[in-house]
Amino acid sequence: MSDTPSITRADVAHLASLARIDLPPESLDHYAEQLAVILGAVAQVAEVAADDIPPMSHPLPLVNVFRTDEVRPSLTSDEALSGAPSVESDRFRVPRILDEA
Amino acid sequence: MSTAITEPVVPYDEVIAEFDPVLGLEVHVELGTATKMFCGCPTEFGAEPNTQTCPTCLGLPGSLPVVNAIGVESAIRIGLALNCSIAEWCRFARKNYFYPDMPKNFQTSQYDEPICFNGYLDVEVETDDGMRTFRVEIERAHMEEDTGKTSHQGGATGRIHGADYSLVDYNRAGIPLIEIVTKPITGTGKYAPEVAKAYVTALREILRGLGVSDVKMEQGSLRCDANVSLRPSPESPLGTRTETKNVNSLRSVERSVRYEMTRQAAILRAGNKVMQETRHWHEDTGVTTSGRPKSDADDYRYFPEPDLVPIAPSREWVEQLRAALPENPSVLRARVQAAWGISDFEMMAVVKAGALELVAATVAAGADQAAARKWWVGEVTRIANERGVELVDLPITPVDIARVEAMVGAGALNDKLARQVIEAVLAGEGSPDDVVATRGLAVVSDDGPLLEAIDAALAEAPDVAEKILSGKLAAAGAIVGAVMKATRGQADAARVRELLLERLGVAE
Ligand SMILES: [Zn+2]
Repeated sequence: MSDTPSITRADVAHLASLARIDLPPESLDHYAEQLAVILGAVAQVAEVAADDIPPMSHPLPLVNVFRTDEVRPSLTSDEALSGAPSVESDRFRVPRILDEA
Repeated sequence: MSTAITEPVVPYDEVIAEFDPVLGLEVHVELGTATKMFCGCPTEFGAEPNTQTCPTCLGLPGSLPVVNAIGVESAIRIGLALNCSIAEWCRFARKNYFYPDMPKNFQTSQYDEPICFNGYLDVEVETDDGMRTFRVEIERAHMEEDTGKTSHQGGATGRIHGADYSLVDYNRAGIPLIEIVTKPITGTGKYAPEVAKAYVTALREILRGLGVSDVKMEQGSLRCDANVSLRPSPESPLGTRTETKNVNSLRSVERSVRYEMTRQAAILRAGNKVMQETRHWHEDTGVTTSGRPKSDADDYRYFPEPDLVPIAPSREWVEQLRAALPENPSVLRARVQAAWGISDFEMMAVVKAGALELVAATVAAGADQAAARKWWVGEVTRIANERGVELVDLPITPVDIARVEAMVGAGALNDKLARQVIEAVLAGEGSPDDVVATRGLAVVSDDGPLLEAIDAALAEAPDVAEKILSGKLAAAGAIVGAVMKATRGQADAARVRELLLERLGVAE
């Protein structure tokens, strides 16, 4: 259980591309090492979780937290688009979605 | 524009002779809530781009979702109307994917814990042996959120393939959706396309009755994906299915299923394998074309949504909602048909025209059921067809029709004038009373002007007068016609005939 999970440079590069994070190649080893340590720490949970402990998805014993169906002010389109790398006709402009087949 | 690839197909009756079709239908309903599922942004259709967003639905760091109570309530009501069980406890899940229509890079949905499950909907289809009921079993109905709207720029066709870049409007992102998924629908045989259409029609009727959505297929508030597969016989294992998207009218539900059956049959008959893929329906050409095959990208890595607490509808709440459900449309139909005392055939005409609720409301507004049916199924349906819209979307109400019919009943309008009034109301000239007043439409009920017109018509056609006097009463029609013309249709034809015969001293 205490074995450190192995994370390769390729794993980090793949995750980075999925998460749209631009990682320079020289930092891949650095992050691979750190991620392995983090996963190892999390894996320790498995050592204490017995069969009689149900998995949980939320730390609070709450259910049914609802909001009434009342409109609240939205952002203006200028505000909404202020963080966009590229804008056209009040819309977010994004690169070609599918690689051309 | 559609791709010009035409694939081989097999004639439909041969498909049925050689294969057994299996359907699966996924319907997405956009709820008519005032706000989005997880934030207070408005949901109005057609707003200026990106004016209905906030940090939550834009997926900005630090924002947190909160569930719309009406979204949950609507989901439960839909589930109950579809005879589903309602989960005692369920969660939202993140469906992770990388596509710019969701700024969060995941869609908040439900995975293995849908709020509604194991239901059914009985649908009626006209078969060679009369009406037959098919039971469509519902696997689940779950809550999720709509995506933003992408428009693809550049390239020849405005489609995703060949586009240079895309523009995204997030107004729609986060609008509550309920996805309703059937179990595999078997045993339909050659009626598979009709069953598919009848299911979506019945579902739409139920959703409209619940008032949870405006269910406009052309605006995308009701969307259908049709899964189709073929197998050699009902005993064989299920064949490979395709999922056809972009089916956005009732008619195309039926057509796309039929087309896909004929296409798959050609592949199987040639000894090839149907590829499991998404296909796109093209309304204009009536074919489906290949979308994308299933791939690694379909690994959505679902996990429970950590930003939302579970939903645990109390049994009291569920029973309260169940007790307040409107009458099921098929039960309503049977009850109404009995009350009106009309035949199956007459009832079908009303249902097919989508006029049941309208006729019922017209009757409630005081009209006779036969008259209410006559106007809605006849004149008004004709105009709806001309305009290519649904009856309910025409700007005329049951109260208007009841008013027109009341004027007919009182002898103030005849059928011809009534039609003019209806057309004028539809043209936006106001209420029936406004139209009658403005246009000066009224049956001429004073005998004086009618007698003058009769005398004039008789003087014009002495030969006709002779014929009538000699007992050929059928000839009276020509004079009555002339009088109707002279009074611009505003006379009561029966009264004109009566006066004419009186004038000539001829008994009926
Ligand atoms: Zn929002």
